[in-house]
Amino acid sequence: MSVSPAVPSTHASRPQRGWYKRNEIAITPWLFLLPAMIFFAIYVIIPIGQSFWISLHEWDGLGEKTWVGTANYERLLGWGDANVDRKFSVSFWNNLKWLVLYLLAIPAGLFIALFLNQTVTGIRFYKSMFFFPFVISQVVVGLVFSWFYLPREGLLNAILGFFGAGPINVLGDPTLATYGIIAAGLWPQTAYCMILYLTGLNAVDPEQVEAARLDGAKGPKMLWYVILPQLKPATFIAFVVTIIGALRSFDLISVMTNGGPFGSTRVLSFYMFEESLSEFGFRMGYGAAIAVILFFIMLGFITYFLYAMYQDEKGAR
Amino acid sequence: MHSILKTSLAALVAAGVTASSAAADAHGLSGELNIISDMSNPAPRAVMEGLAADFDALHPNLEVNLTIVDREAWKTQIRNALGANPPDVVNWYAANRMRPYVDAGLFADISDLWAEPEFEALASTKGAMTLDGAQWGVPYTYYQWGVYYRKDIFDQFGLSEPTNWEEELANCQTLLDNGIKCYTIGTKFLWTAGGWFDYINSRTNGYDFHMALARGEVEWTDDRVRQTFANWRELIDMGAFIDDHQTYSWQEALPFMVNGEAAAYLMGNFAVAAMRDGGLTDDQLDFYQFPVINADVDYAEDAPTDTFHIASGAQNMDAAKEFLRFVTSADVQTKINAGDALGQLPVNANASIDNDKFLAQGFDMLSNNAGGGIMQFFDRDFDAEMASVGMEGLQEFMVFPDNLDDILMRLEETRQRIYN
Repeated sequence: MSVSPAVPSTHASRPQRGWYKRNEIAITPWLFLLPAMIFFAIYVIIPIGQSFWISLHEWDGLGEKTWVGTANYERLLGWGDANVDRKFSVSFWNNLKWLVLYLLAIPAGLFIALFLNQTVTGIRFYKSMFFFPFVISQVVVGLVFSWFYLPREGLLNAILGFFGAGPINVLGDPTLATYGIIAAGLWPQTAYCMILYLTGLNAVDPEQVEAARLDGAKGPKMLWYVILPQLKPATFIAFVVTIIGALRSFDLISVMTNGGPFGSTRVLSFYMFEESLSEFGFRMGYGAAIAVILFFIMLGFITYFLYAMYQDEKGAR
Repeated sequence: MHSILKTSLAALVAAGVTASSAAADAHGLSGELNIISDMSNPAPRAVMEGLAADFDALHPNLEVNLTIVDREAWKTQIRNALGANPPDVVNWYAANRMRPYVDAGLFADISDLWAEPEFEALASTKGAMTLDGAQWGVPYTYYQWGVYYRKDIFDQFGLSEPTNWEEELANCQTLLDNGIKCYTIGTKFLWTAGGWFDYINSRTNGYDFHMALARGEVEWTDDRVRQTFANWRELIDMGAFIDDHQTYSWQEALPFMVNGEAAAYLMGNFAVAAMRDGGLTDDQLDFYQFPVINADVDYAEDAPTDTFHIASGAQNMDAAKEFLRFVTSADVQTKINAGDALGQLPVNANASIDNDKFLAQGFDMLSNNAGGGIMQFFDRDFDAEMASVGMEGLQEFMVFPDNLDDILMRLEETRQRIYN
């Protein structure tokens, strides 16, 4: 007679692992990513596609869309027989002015940070005072500066008058207005860059500074060859936030000049808003076409930032 | 004989039945009536709340729900409000401002209401409520535009109200010689310049030409339009307007008049309340009609009309129509436009005007001295995009009159794109 051995068979009794258990390593990261991906798709990726689609139509936001192909872009960029849309070219150049001049916030912020990076009584108070403009709302900054610039009562003209210079109406002069708004925007942006550099300065290696000092470096040479290289991460972040800030200049313009005088202070984002959503707007197709162009400009910067960060990560590895 | 009697009797009975059923309808309204109003400033808000409460009390079975939205915000919110799950009654403006909602089928056609005999009292605004041959809303108030001036300053220099352009320019020269600007204006938000264009263009070329321009039938580079700007330029070259007006809103331009640095203001009647708040008494403040420029054309006046409309998706159409009958009735219009309420003019010809110096003058002017026609205002008569490009050009012209050719070319380009 054959009696089966008392040893239990190891084959059958081995518990069958579930499909999820078997693929756990591969699947779990995606599960964690899924909520973010869904929201990113719904609120970012799909709307970008929709903007493209709308920009190929004429649409008032209410009725039926009419397919017009690239007509909106032709009007905007002046392809074919149309002249380039003057409002668009004004907005585009103003955007460039913002991008270039706004970068002044970086050296200004660095200078203030170096100045404040010392230990005297009450330095915390001074630091917070310098940081103050970044805390208050952009709308308030805009209001304060528009009062500062007022042609008759404004502080600026009182100061100019003290030195015998004639009164100027900064926000009423189409050649000056954009620079006036950028100056207002630089005030909080400088504070932001300052705080980035202050934290960066805390991380500067004192031993390297000491070694450089022994080698006889001081003043600008010390700053350029020893301090600044160590501040590179802070500079990169300051650059990123300043570029983004320059492209988000909408609120200051809306509060200070409302795009005027005669549209000379518009930027692309403001023009897009005016065409599509303002009181006399609701030309969704044209507004979307402006948005698409703004998107490509931003995409250029974003690609650069991503590339720079990728290079950084590679270097760190 | 017999049959005739019978038919007439039947007709009588039928008339009686319809009459009583109409009466029953009026009292038998039930359900809910949803109103969204943009009358958000303190005085108008009280008026609107009073209207809703009174209408609610008249119809015991009807529940009136009122939502009040900020007036500026409503200009962009109305689209969403009318789209999904619309209210029954909304506020809006007359003339071309209705166009997008009429074209999109969001306003209900209420021509049947206008066919009722009671609505003949509103005939003066019927044109402004008509698009595509049908009526789309009812007016509840309007107000005159004109020149509000400092009577004490005029008296000081021995000036009288000008009736024609020569007197106007002579007055202005006297004021300027004494270091006072003729007109205050704030063009930061552009529309104030539109008022000046409305007046100078309609006085130069007449109402019909102005409306043809508004409908896009005339080129902006037309010589008649250039004549309008040439007349306007006479004032600008004299320095008649305050400096730096492109930086001020219309309220920020008021202190110039209150302080006596400028003598007059071309404005709507709503500015009177602000001037009185600024400390000007009725002895110091007076009103005159914009003077004649071209003696061959009749007076045309800006008198913007504010309106009620029924959404085409209204749930309670009967109650909504009854509400429109209610707000256009003579009694209600008298009450809501009184000096202690809106302080404006009632549209119903049978309503009475409150005893206010400016309302009385304005009503007299619009009823007896506006033979050319009533304009709604630059941004309501012109197509929306044309109006925004146009007003920007007008502001630029007021600051840099030398840019006129460039401005007109730009406006003409826009006109050709929009209307063709």
